[in-house]
Amino acid sequence: MATEVAADPAHGLANQDVFSATLLELARANPDILVVTSDSRGSGKLVPFGRELPGQLIEVGIAEQNLVGVAAGLASTGKKVFAVSPACFLTARSLEQIKNDVCYSDHPVVLVGISAGVSYGALGSTHHSLHDFAALRAIHNLTLAAPADNWETRGAVHAAAAAPKPVYLRFGKRPVPHLHCEPAEPFAFGRAYRLHDGDDLAFLATGETVPRALGACRRLASEGIHARLLGVPTLRPLDEAALLDAARTCAAVITVEEHSVHGGLGEAVASLLLHHRLAPAFRIVGIPDEDTVTGSQEEIFNHYGISPEGLAQTARDLLRP
Amino acid sequence: MSTADQRSGPAELSRRANRLRGRVLRAIHLAGAGHTGGSLSCLDLLTILYHRVLRIDPAHPGDPARDRYIQSKGHSVEALYVVLASRGFFPDADLDTLCRYRSPLVGHPTRKTPGIEQNTGALGHGLSVAAGMALGARLGPHPFNVYCLLGDGELAEGSNWEAALCAAHHRLDNLTAIIDHNGLQITGAVREVMNVEPLADKWRAFGWEVREVDGHDFETLCGTFDALPFAPGKPSLILAHTIKGRGVSFMENQAGWHHRVPKEDELRAALAELESTAATPAPHGH
Repeated sequence: MATEVAADPAHGLANQDVFSATLLELARANPDILVVTSDSRGSGKLVPFGRELPGQLIEVGIAEQNLVGVAAGLASTGKKVFAVSPACFLTARSLEQIKNDVCYSDHPVVLVGISAGVSYGALGSTHHSLHDFAALRAIHNLTLAAPADNWETRGAVHAAAAAPKPVYLRFGKRPVPHLHCEPAEPFAFGRAYRLHDGDDLAFLATGETVPRALGACRRLASEGIHARLLGVPTLRPLDEAALLDAARTCAAVITVEEHSVHGGLGEAVASLLLHHRLAPAFRIVGIPDEDTVTGSQEEIFNHYGISPEGLAQTARDLLRP
Repeated sequence: MSTADQRSGPAELSRRANRLRGRVLRAIHLAGAGHTGGSLSCLDLLTILYHRVLRIDPAHPGDPARDRYIQSKGHSVEALYVVLASRGFFPDADLDTLCRYRSPLVGHPTRKTPGIEQNTGALGHGLSVAAGMALGARLGPHPFNVYCLLGDGELAEGSNWEAALCAAHHRLDNLTAIIDHNGLQITGAVREVMNVEPLADKWRAFGWEVREVDGHDFETLCGTFDALPFAPGKPSLILAHTIKGRGVSFMENQAGWHHRVPKEDELRAALAELESTAATPAPHGH
């Protein structure tokens, strides 16, 4: 639980708020930066953007297929386009537009899935995006990132704005704790970040599950178990060197994601490890293949063991001889 | 921007289109694949676009101020390839690589081919992309016009109507959609598979300025394209009544020729018929 990892860092803002503030800063300086929304400026925290830069926000109404097609057309004319819509709709209803209009046609659109994963909580599975990594990992020519904290979010928005290729970013709507206190280097796609040191086992976590995994590391440390935590904001390209090093060093690997256990970070890591003949004790923690339980994001996380204690228990079980 | 080879008149366009029909059939025959009927129905429209209307320069295909053409009905790519080659975007001989291993001439349009702006082939995508391009043109710094060719069967895809709403809402009078209204799709008559009529009324109701024309009458087509945009502040729609398989009597109005490939004897008969048409005054209307 977020409250359990707040011992040191102060809580930050919701990543969505940081996304919109960062984008506004960038767009003030660059009139070619545009936002396209599908009646989603409120949930995307883009109302101030629209108020200050109305000429740089294009509204297409509740029509996500058109949102992505329009974004592709705009990008083809040299604009830097951020297409912003709830991740659940953006990556399912518009999947063919993402595949053909953006990725296959190679227009450097930034697709921004807001209120991703189970951010919408009790609104139910229509509003959850537990498929987006799986669907988008199978589409060529798309960088995939799920920033964990405000620093990663800010860095990912800057990196996406500069990217010459299509990018998908997903953000949640709840405030998140700071994880990177004094980063030594700027954010880059394809980098994993070591957030806790240890060689007994490794948590490889992405998005808003990372602070939960950090909480688990601290619990385990008090029991004499030294867990490594790699924050993996970029699902494609993966930081293969960092992940392989963790799997070679540690006896157990646990992946954690706010996504179905099918087709996301866990299976990407499993594939990587098998290709390198590495077979540590291994668990994929995510949302299982079932009708997702009703509840807030926090309650859903806790229900499926995506909590400091749940993850610590998974680690204890995995390390038990 | 060079406009060389543009502003061809109706008679010249008609002669050229007749020659290009034969080239389409030879390319499809050699490839052993292609969309014969639909390529022939839209060929006159593509000929007038590339040899009269579009402000493009094959020597500078990336010129930011060029007009854009998006072929939403991507399956008629053979007609597009033939017209692009005729306009000098790539050598005519490249047409013989259509659908071959590692050829840039894929069975649907891709940006691998010089002159093609967008990868299409899944239906119901082109008009949204074209609307985005038209928005981009309006934002500047390079104003240009955008043209999008739609099939009539394609209009069953709901995404077209999202795009139609959007273009009218944003008052994109630099955007023209052209419907290749040949009335047939792969299964049979459009009105039997999924009736999309009344098309002119629908587009008017969506906020577009509509003109209905004979899609094979170059006199009328020249006048229609010259009159664009039809109304300030509104996107333009040209509802072009066409004949699937146009120009070859045994292919005309036959849904079976949607993607049938002409055999050797059929190709010979078709080319002979096109040659005899070329020897007579250009036909108008249908």
